[in-house]
Amino acid sequence: MTAVVVDNVTKVFNRGRSDEVPALTDVNLTVGDGEFVSLIGPSGCGKSTLLRLIADLIEPTSGTVTVAGRPASQARREQEYGIAFQQAGLFEWRTVRRNVELPLELRGVSKAERRAKAEEMLELVGLADFAGHYPGQLSGGMQQRVAIARALAVQPPLLLMDEPFGALDEMTRERLQSELLGICAKTGTSTVFVTHSIAEAVFLSGRVVVMSARPGRITASIEVELPSRDEAGRQAPAYFEKITEVRQALRS
Amino acid sequence: MRRVLPPVIVGILALILWELFVTLGRVAPFILPAPSAIGAQIAEQRRNIGEAALASGANALIGLIGGTLVAVLAALAASRFLVLGEVSIPFAAVLNALPIIALAPILNNMFESTSSVPRRLVTGIVVFFPVFLNLLRGLREVDPVHQELMRTYAASGWTFARKVRLPGALPHFFTGLRQASSLAVIAAVVAEYFGGLQDGLGARITSAAAFTAYPRAWAFVAGACLLGLAFYLATLLLERLAMPWKQRLTS
Repeated sequence: MTAVVVDNVTKVFNRGRSDEVPALTDVNLTVGDGEFVSLIGPSGCGKSTLLRLIADLIEPTSGTVTVAGRPASQARREQEYGIAFQQAGLFEWRTVRRNVELPLELRGVSKAERRAKAEEMLELVGLADFAGHYPGQLSGGMQQRVAIARALAVQPPLLLMDEPFGALDEMTRERLQSELLGICAKTGTSTVFVTHSIAEAVFLSGRVVVMSARPGRITASIEVELPSRDEAGRQAPAYFEKITEVRQALRS
Repeated sequence: MRRVLPPVIVGILALILWELFVTLGRVAPFILPAPSAIGAQIAEQRRNIGEAALASGANALIGLIGGTLVAVLAALAASRFLVLGEVSIPFAAVLNALPIIALAPILNNMFESTSSVPRRLVTGIVVFFPVFLNLLRGLREVDPVHQELMRTYAASGWTFARKVRLPGALPHFFTGLRQASSLAVIAAVVAEYFGGLQDGLGARITSAAAFTAYPRAWAFVAGACLLGLAFYLATLLLERLAMPWKQRLTS
């Protein structure tokens, strides 16, 4: 089964008004099970819009979005995906643990079970010692890791990420990238990852989808094979070749 | 200690200056009594001040609780039904501009002269506005990321209100409540200037002033000041207890 199928989707904001904006035109995208796909492109190319369409936070003007074999709206109601945004968006009045527990709480998972799950997820992102802290006491990078733990807590088959590392410094960013890859490999999660960093897209993805602006559309789809996804991978010639290829695709 | 000491020193210095100004400047006591004279009256009248403060405090507290409850319900309704919110804000602003204390004589005539209800009503009305307006603002300000997140969790409107809107509005609510707690004491004391049952601080101040016992009037004013302070501090304490995450942030 495929995780995501975006079929011939067009999205126009403020349709029929003078400030009409065509955000996406005739977009087709398929994400296979367990696949890691990055969306990259200049600002205004509609990559975030595409992610929001998959998340059913907005509706397509035409075309269909299918997630896990179901319409996107049904998939959202059944919580088929976990999502993380550029801002961590933690609830400041909840402790770190209870932030991670929230999606489970809303699913009616028992207290003991969701506590165990939250501990497990925090362990995964290396924040087990901070479970009792409030978000305000954490650094930006730690908050972002909590947000990722929260997105993973329901063990969604699909992970949607909208520049989740965008606001972080380079070191934290690289560490979180490795952590994310480890988590996805361990859990077999399919991922759609929005970024405007070429290096990040190449390092993380099995496939980099390049988009261009006005109107937003997909211009290239580049498969990435790296010998390994670690420090050595970042030094590999294949890595730099792919970076060049993506950069050229973005230019054209 | 470092935080307490400077204001205490400044306060003592101010009292000494005041004392010197009154005694050396031969200021008539009906204009400004010396702090020593007021202090003597406070010591002498401490039981009366205590009883009057208790009566006024009870009125202020009942008005504060009642007004806050109504304000919370009204804000919840106004945030739930957009139209109601649009309509209620200008109304609240107009009513807020009205000197509510001026309603006291009218309310006094509506009830028996032995009734405590008018003072409590005035207090309740005064309390209503800051709590209502602040809480409504808080309920309406929701982080867009939180909104989208709750949508991805397929959370119902009620769940959203309980888990996000209400806790998110707490800081605004306490801003309103802090203003309201001070206003409640003022309203409860001042309402007595316009008649009604005469057992609180306001009545004691007017009667002392009427008998030209100015140091005694000032002693009761000091009592009112302490009462207001007690209400304010109690609200601060409540705020800290209700929002432990703010506390941890600063520590």
